[in-house]
Amino acid sequence: MLRRRPASDRLVDGGFRNLTIVLASFVAITLLAIFITVFQGAREAMQTFGLTFITTSNWNPVDNEYGAFTAIYGTLVSSIMALVIAVPLGIGTAIFITENLIPLRWREVIGVMVELLAAIPSVVLGLWAIFVMEPFIRPFLQFLYDAFGWLPFFNSPPQGPGMAPAIIILVVMILPIITSISRDALNQVPNELRQGAYGVGSTRWVAILNVILPAAVSSIMGGIMLSLGRAMGETMAVTMIIGNSNNFSFSLLAPGNTIASMLANQFGEADGIQVSALLYAAVILMVLTFTVNIAAQWIIKKLSLKY
Amino acid sequence: MTTTFPASSKSLHFNPSLKRNRLDQFLTGLAGVFSTIAVLPLILVLLYVLIQGGRLISIGLFTQLPPAPGLDGGGIGNALIGTVVVTLIASLIAIPVGVGGGVFLAEYSSGGWFAQFIRVGNDILAGVPSIIAGIFVYGAIVATRVFFGQSYTAAAGGLALAVLMLPTVIKTTDEGLKLVPRELTWGAIGVGASKFVTVTRITLPSAFTPIATGVVLAIARAAGETAPLIFTALFSPFWPEGLFNPIATMSVLIFNFAIMPFEPQNELAWAASFVLVVMILAANLFARWLRRFAAK
Repeated sequence: MLRRRPASDRLVDGGFRNLTIVLASFVAITLLAIFITVFQGAREAMQTFGLTFITTSNWNPVDNEYGAFTAIYGTLVSSIMALVIAVPLGIGTAIFITENLIPLRWREVIGVMVELLAAIPSVVLGLWAIFVMEPFIRPFLQFLYDAFGWLPFFNSPPQGPGMAPAIIILVVMILPIITSISRDALNQVPNELRQGAYGVGSTRWVAILNVILPAAVSSIMGGIMLSLGRAMGETMAVTMIIGNSNNFSFSLLAPGNTIASMLANQFGEADGIQVSALLYAAVILMVLTFTVNIAAQWIIKKLSLKY
Repeated sequence: MTTTFPASSKSLHFNPSLKRNRLDQFLTGLAGVFSTIAVLPLILVLLYVLIQGGRLISIGLFTQLPPAPGLDGGGIGNALIGTVVVTLIASLIAIPVGVGGGVFLAEYSSGGWFAQFIRVGNDILAGVPSIIAGIFVYGAIVATRVFFGQSYTAAAGGLALAVLMLPTVIKTTDEGLKLVPRELTWGAIGVGASKFVTVTRITLPSAFTPIATGVVLAIARAAGETAPLIFTALFSPFWPEGLFNPIATMSVLIFNFAIMPFEPQNELAWAASFVLVVMILAANLFARWLRRFAAK
């Protein structure tokens, strides 16, 4: 004979289910609260400055004039330049540690080291950048200024903190992300594809470039977009080494600013409409990272090759 | 019928001077160089932190307060306790909420719109820059003085870190639970266990190691975060005064002291980096060991 579950049992069962639903909805609540809080604070500046906020670059708390062009430009240039450098390095490393070029033990060691690099806190990298990396590369930046000073990108003498060291530290920070995502993507390429390529007589790199990489390209692209989002939102290390100047300059050797570093620097001491202007900049940063992250999800979903 | 071969393939032996083989060697070398460049920053950073910070390690470092700007001596005792307190608050919030949310996604949702919405929302939340999390908690809690009229508090700092931990915990729980063989769940249901008992006694314990690994990594990540703390937990030169006062943390101490023009403060920043990096790397290696342990 079947025994019915006691009422208390069913109560616990349903209660637990509802509890998990409530806990899961915390994600939505938090996300919504973030959007509402930031938009609410930014409304005043949005009404005052409108879209000229994006296109003008004077940031003057005394006269209450605000334009975030320097910071937006800095965010885009630093993250895209960092990506341009980090992508070949990351994918090259990923190939080196997945494609049986060196003994397994060495591949594992390199893989672990790259993962540990991702664990080092941003603020420690910033400290290292201030006291070790920037003084070390300054002669090289000086050389760029001396030799290519006629180019707008190098037309100011390096004087310590600036865009170029910030880009380098961003490379260090996103390299582990690109490497580990590319490595996972390459590891998931079915072995039959490799064997097939080798079987028809292709050399190792012909196989890698024509068969293995194309098969993994969607995940790798998704990973690149994710790390672009990370680079745009990266705060501490960049704040410590970029120089935090609101004067617009094309030169990579001059001090600059990003939205995140501007927030870290000024938000604590701002009041009145400056807070609202900073939150307007935060909205722009959120829209940028949001777009990039959605694009990453879309790429992973839509571009994956069917093999 | 005779077949003619190109001259170069007469021999089946590997011929390194062929163009394609030279190209192969060049590309292999290039990948090796790239890997070296990728590994170099870790070695350099670790080397400097170990040398610059390691030589400053003493008992006093852990038991004393930081000195006034420009003065010698002192330690990072308050910041060490502060980091532990703030990270603990964050874990106490993010782990229950995250594991609960992950259980919902993996066990109770059957791909409905709500679960889909939560999954996408979780990915978006994971992509929110850490400084935005700090600004959010500042606007929602610090500026409104929700906690007993206090503005900057350790609790607010913990909350900001919890926002950053939550997506990681949910994702690892969701994925960890999905790895549990369905036969286990069916078996438990089959012998008459309720869904609640199945999840809490069978499924969750079998997924313990992957979830624990993810949680340890999330905690290590949170302990090193600075951006969410600078406008929430702020900093304090004193010993922690409860959860509803500003509190010093190691990451904020490193930031504040690194940009000061005083040698002794810079040195404390290196020492704090040493302690922080050792703690975080230890947590990472522990998580790695846990994963390997589970694989056996």
